[in-house]
Amino acid sequence: MRRLFTLLQRELSVFYYSPIAYIVLFFFLILNGLSFWFAIALLNRAPSENTVVQVFFNSAFFWIAYLLVFPVITMRLFAEEFKLGTIETLMTAPVRDSEVVISKFLAALIFYLSLWLPSLLYFLIFSWLGNRSAIGSAGQLLAPYLLLLIMGMFNVALGCLASALTSNQIVAAMISLVLTIGIFFLTLINYVVNVSSPLLRDITAYVAQLDHMDSFSRGVIDSRVFIFYPSMTFLLLVITYQIFQYRRWRT
Amino acid sequence: MIKVEQLTKKYSGVTAISNLSFEVGKGEIVGFLGPNGAGKSTTMRILSSFMPATSGRALIAGHDVFRDSLKARMHLGYLPESVPLYGDMRVSEYLRYRGSLKGLGGKKLRNRVNVVKELCSVKEVENKLIATLSKGYRQRVGLADALVHDPDLLILDEPTIGLDPNQIRQVRELIKSLGERHTILLSTHILSEVEVTCSRVIIIHRGKIEASDTPGNLVGQLRTSGTVRLEVKTDGDDPIQLIEKIAGVKGVIATVEDGWQRCSIRIEAKSDLREDIFRLAVERRWTVRELTQERATLEDVFVELTHTDD
Repeated sequence: MRRLFTLLQRELSVFYYSPIAYIVLFFFLILNGLSFWFAIALLNRAPSENTVVQVFFNSAFFWIAYLLVFPVITMRLFAEEFKLGTIETLMTAPVRDSEVVISKFLAALIFYLSLWLPSLLYFLIFSWLGNRSAIGSAGQLLAPYLLLLIMGMFNVALGCLASALTSNQIVAAMISLVLTIGIFFLTLINYVVNVSSPLLRDITAYVAQLDHMDSFSRGVIDSRVFIFYPSMTFLLLVITYQIFQYRRWRT
Repeated sequence: MIKVEQLTKKYSGVTAISNLSFEVGKGEIVGFLGPNGAGKSTTMRILSSFMPATSGRALIAGHDVFRDSLKARMHLGYLPESVPLYGDMRVSEYLRYRGSLKGLGGKKLRNRVNVVKELCSVKEVENKLIATLSKGYRQRVGLADALVHDPDLLILDEPTIGLDPNQIRQVRELIKSLGERHTILLSTHILSEVEVTCSRVIIIHRGKIEASDTPGNLVGQLRTSGTVRLEVKTDGDDPIQLIEKIAGVKGVIATVEDGWQRCSIRIEAKSDLREDIFRLAVERRWTVRELTQERATLEDVFVELTHTDD
């Protein structure tokens, strides 16, 4: 347990030591700010049934920030260890492969979650300055953040997998970007393709991140999400673990 | 401390090492020699549990490096050939991190980090970023990392590569002093280093062990004929004719330089004719400036065992 903690501490410190973290945070804040501004502007224009939270979490800026952040966060994780050769010192210390995979995953997840913290302030400031609540109910604020955690787990794990595949960070980022965006656009099949077969609809409903967010930001919690994403995350991490071990043993 | 039994490693068809078996006892300093690509690093990587062998097994302090890998790794300090380090960490921070990964904590961790910083003389750079360190310091930080948990066994893959002569001497002294408390397996291409530091040498070539003995015995076994060097002023005598009359001399080559005859005398193996030559010189009233027997070195042994024409 202490080893895992040591590894996690190291992985987290890399995030906050590197300038990349601050660049990511900077652009992330800009996109979030735009998204928030967009929400207010929209609600100012005409009366709407939507709350600020709802519009914020369903804007294009939100989705761009959300989708682009995973490759940037995760590309380094394994690829850099292979590139620098530090994998050799790391794995000849008494640590388990699984501990390394878990610590890298957790560090990336924690960093990802910390990126969302400033957005909580927006809603606080809104209610303070606007003298009205940004949400209809407490659940309406809790639910989208819960969904961000659940979907984030899945996408971070996907990024871990991509990073474990290669020694080149750019290649890792590309693989992860294609996978993340590819899965995201699966949702849109139903909107684009006219033939809406019930089977296709059922399948895409599991990965329909747009639809999930639509209902969660209304405060409607869909339990399928809590089974599907964590189990997929687990599966992806197991595959990452296998690839990680395989590449090390083959070098 | 190390027990290797019929270890074989194949990389996609290429056999890196085949049926390697050797043992290293507690307290030994063993030099692991061989030409590039002979399988030294492969063997060391298997011993350090970095990768598994295709067949055979290896034990470290009684623990199988594959099945009981974590316990085996606890007993081991390993310095890889390329000395990979995290450039974004400071030296002290890195050593604390590594120590804590290897199971140290609290006061013990602080103590050990300080001890290895002293030992490897990296104290003066303890607050520098590793990325800014010179090759020599990086090497010593790597060594400090290998030592931080006070392991019984050290495996060092070319610990002096890329260092300047002064640094090589320092590292050599360090290794020698470590040998009093630790078992060491080290690979290197600097054979003079092995001759002074190692109690035993294992030479591998093309994945097989060619020799395993003390440096002295290896040199002694080498069957090349010896050479005696003689520099004399002979006052008109022809040294070649006279020396060739001594029993055991196989041939003499002489060159003249500033009135001094410089002779290179080939003699039969394992004989020492210096006394006879000296007596001859006294008899003929020659002035002797040099009389030495050239000895075979470990380098000769290495070349003889691993030389290939291809």
